[in-house]
Amino acid sequence: MGARVITVTSGKGGVGKTTATANIAVALALMGKKVVAIDTDIGLRNLDVIMGLENRIVYDLVDVVEGRCKLRQAMIKHKVYPALYLIPAAQTRDKSAVSPSDMLAVTQELREEHDFVIMDSPAGIERGFRNAVAPADEVIIVTNPEVSAVRDADRIIGLLEAEEKGPGKLVINRVKPDMVRRGEMLSIQDVIDILAIKLLGVVPEDENVLVSSNRGEPAASDPKSRAGQAFRNIARRLCGEEVPLMSLDESGGFFQRLLKLLSGSTTGAG
Amino acid sequence: MNNLLDRLMGRGTPGSAKIAKERLQLVLVHDRLDLSPEKMQALKDEIIAVISKYVRIDQKNVEIAIEQRQRDNWLVADIPLATDSSEK
Repeated sequence: MGARVITVTSGKGGVGKTTATANIAVALALMGKKVVAIDTDIGLRNLDVIMGLENRIVYDLVDVVEGRCKLRQAMIKHKVYPALYLIPAAQTRDKSAVSPSDMLAVTQELREEHDFVIMDSPAGIERGFRNAVAPADEVIIVTNPEVSAVRDADRIIGLLEAEEKGPGKLVINRVKPDMVRRGEMLSIQDVIDILAIKLLGVVPEDENVLVSSNRGEPAASDPKSRAGQAFRNIARRLCGEEVPLMSLDESGGFFQRLLKLLSGSTTGAG
Repeated sequence: MNNLLDRLMGRGTPGSAKIAKERLQLVLVHDRLDLSPEKMQALKDEIIAVISKYVRIDQKNVEIAIEQRQRDNWLVADIPLATDSSEK
């Protein structure tokens, strides 16, 4: 059997799916795993820029599927982690260029030589989503503590259950502990109560994520980034380790709150 | 000042998160079951009508709602029957 094929999806766009894919892939590579990340968002390629590999693309996923190159030729080796590869999406085609059975064939070939195949799904519930989910052994659903993202996550979970791929595991991204504390953002427990699936991890809002996207170096490789730490924890849980949720409450004490109030930054991210 | 004190103590008036949770729980019932509030009302009315053919119901205290238990949905009905005492 070999590699585990894990698809990262969300329903709603903009919740941090691609960022999560890149960070989980890098975090697994940091643990010494052999990882292939696949961008299945045909026509809206992005995983390459988040991973900093956009200048090295020669062939893409559609070239593989249509027989213009060997799978190996479309795999871009990461410059820092030699056991991490990216298969980019085609930019000038659309979702119909790839079918679910194409994705099964591609992942089948990758299973033999790697530990993980991590697939970034496009937003939505149409062809692209079905392509990404078809070969998945496991599905990670990324959401934000926000009504529209949670509603769409619920819809995705329903579809996964209908395809016997579900219910999947949940990553709650962009949590602002300060807002949760003030009762102005859904808490982790609220989201779990509503969606009723297993929690894989919680990622705090962190400016470092944007900074690392700017640089093309996912936050998981930054030891000081809190979001990076959260993604490293997620990777360890995927490998079967029991890792407690990290405390999001860095400003939880009375004096910290006093200081924050005095400095007028009560709405800052945690 | 009260507000400031509340925030220093880490508490405040119930915020929008509570509203968000309640709204989500309601809308997801309808999403999952494809059951609009109108259809739900019709379902309740018909259940009450059918049962009323056989026994008298204490209609004021009927509770019929969809409840989420993990990822399963349950139609839960609490239908008190009318007795002489409940009609007083």
